[in-house]
Amino acid sequence: MQNELRDPALGRQILSKITPLAQKAARRLGRPAILMEVCGTHTMAIAKSGLRNLMNGCLEMRSGPGCPVCVTDQRDIDKIIALAGQHNVVVATFGDMLRVPGTNSSLEQERARGSLVEIFYSPLEAVEYAAGRPQKEVVFLGVGFETTAPAIALSIAAAKSRGLTNFSVFSVHKLVPPVMEALLSDPELKIDGLILPGHVCTITGRSAFDFVTSKYGMPAVVAGFEPVDIIQAVYLLLKQIIDGPARVVNGYTRLVREEGNRKAQEIMQEYFEPADACWRGFGLVPQSGLALQEKYSFFDAAARYPLEVPEMPPAGGCACGDVLKGKIISPECPLFAGACTPLRPVGPCMVSSEGACAAYYHYEWAQADA
Amino acid sequence: MLFKGSEKMFNQKKDDLILLAHGDGGLLTSRLIQEYFLRHFNNDLLGTLTDASVFQSEKGKMAISTDAFVVDPIFFPGGDIGKLAVCGTINDLAVSGARPLYLTASFIIEEGFPVADLEKIIVSMSQTCRGAGVQIIAGDTKVVGRGQADKVYITTTGVGYLLPGANLGYQRLEAGDRVLVNGCLGNHGLAILLQRETLGIQSRITSDCAPLNGIIEEILKRFKGIKFMRDLTRGGLATNAKEIALASGMDFWLDEEALPVEENVKGVTELLGLDPLYLANEGKFLAVVAAGEADELLKFLKEEMSSGEACLIGEIQAGGGNVYLRTALGGTRKLNMMAGAPLPRIC
Repeated sequence: MQNELRDPALGRQILSKITPLAQKAARRLGRPAILMEVCGTHTMAIAKSGLRNLMNGCLEMRSGPGCPVCVTDQRDIDKIIALAGQHNVVVATFGDMLRVPGTNSSLEQERARGSLVEIFYSPLEAVEYAAGRPQKEVVFLGVGFETTAPAIALSIAAAKSRGLTNFSVFSVHKLVPPVMEALLSDPELKIDGLILPGHVCTITGRSAFDFVTSKYGMPAVVAGFEPVDIIQAVYLLLKQIIDGPARVVNGYTRLVREEGNRKAQEIMQEYFEPADACWRGFGLVPQSGLALQEKYSFFDAAARYPLEVPEMPPAGGCACGDVLKGKIISPECPLFAGACTPLRPVGPCMVSSEGACAAYYHYEWAQADA
Repeated sequence: MLFKGSEKMFNQKKDDLILLAHGDGGLLTSRLIQEYFLRHFNNDLLGTLTDASVFQSEKGKMAISTDAFVVDPIFFPGGDIGKLAVCGTINDLAVSGARPLYLTASFIIEEGFPVADLEKIIVSMSQTCRGAGVQIIAGDTKVVGRGQADKVYITTTGVGYLLPGANLGYQRLEAGDRVLVNGCLGNHGLAILLQRETLGIQSRITSDCAPLNGIIEEILKRFKGIKFMRDLTRGGLATNAKEIALASGMDFWLDEEALPVEENVKGVTELLGLDPLYLANEGKFLAVVAAGEADELLKFLKEEMSSGEACLIGEIQAGGGNVYLRTALGGTRKLNMMAGAPLPRIC
């Protein structure tokens, strides 16, 4: 089945049906339809397949707030960098956080100055690492959405059952449905349809996003990540835009259930509770983050290291916030590919492997054009 | 020339670990040289143990190249730091149109490094040299304190003669030229990454680390239409193609569907959010060849050079230094230089 979903012939066949549909939608709207892919993995898949350029002119695709590194608040990043400066602390993280710029530094720069920063692909590896180094304090950075939280919850379970006292989690987890509420209630929003994140919906279930249409009348399709998945989602969205009615269609039935993954939800609820969280570009979004449950506060790095860092303004000219809300596309940011590049990023969207600006920079923009 | 030392004048049992004294130029240095380096690298020029090796030169242009190797881990599927240090320098000379003859090898070793591991590395270098027809004719050993280096670093320098008639240069690129690679992409970088990270991914991905001088000499002899070659090491195909494009001012047009990538490499890179086009290779070259010779060159590589996975992957067009990839869906995406090593996705 995976191979079928990558079949270029099938992809091209559906694509050929999209152009006339997109033209029809554009006539109805008086401008090309604008679709938002919420998830960073979709952003990358679209860039890699050259899809955007195939749709050029008749349809616009914009990225949304679905890259966990990109939406992490500047102040949280500064806190993480301050954590790395604590005596005996090893900051354990997924690789994407390494080069994310804080106000004055990044974990990569702090590591070069002597801080201990270790990269892991799985939080359970970090537990293993902590078990082998009882004299160090290992703090895992919980950066991610509903997809990452259950794995991090399991790492706390593992640390607890092994009696580890030197493992904790700094949770800046975010929840997707609340930020979609914040996005859709923005009166300036100009989006005609949503490609919803397949991985997140695997956990939450399709029905968790019903409010998108019931409350905001927005067409939406839950999509997988193969090229044919995405093309199919575009096709289904255009059909909704033209013929209505708006509804949340499950285009990823091979993994996404109506009610989601109960087991993962239970694990999440056991260890985390919803909390207010700050998002880059959005500010405070009520009940959109995950904090550790009181009974696991022993493993809560925020409680263990009550660091206060001042609130700093974002770097001048950085338009990551507007990119994350789909208001502009990356090349419209004044810093894009000039002051802000993957090597010297000003904002996180340029450095995360799922960031919209990184996708544009790596795949859709040429250095020689500059 | 520091392989030089006093004569064998000791009969103690062999050392297990490298000590600082192995690098002090005294007795232990001498024993290390005699028992390991000389024994395995064994050739007349090295055996003279003089401060410099003297060799006969031929007429014509010479090429020289140097590279430092710090790979971690030092042993990996498909190779080790020693084999890599030999192949890396040989391949740099070969893609420049030279026949590599001699190498020098300089070792920086961390105190406490197991002598058995050092010997494994030396044997591997010696075997690789023999297979490639080159000799290591000078060397140096230094030992630094524990923690001041990580296990072992090796620097090799190679010299060779430009092959008669070799005329490689990006200035020769013309619209219509074809682009060829000699096999599957991304293996070395991924093999190293999988060893380094404890990912729990069981894979049979091995490094493609191999000397290319034999094959390159054969094709340069036969195909005068080969205009430029590059070994696709750090930064992978994408970064190297972009560098050539910028230097020549021409555009590369590559076909996604033609790019050779092993199925298991495809699978694992996808899982980790990596792009095989940006992963390092250590036994792969890119060649730009005149359109008229492209099919014959491909046939020769496949049938005579056991390069069954060699592929024509695109063509050169007039332009402005861009690398374009025609995607399987019929779209186009631009490839840029690698900016920071690729990092895995997190959700």
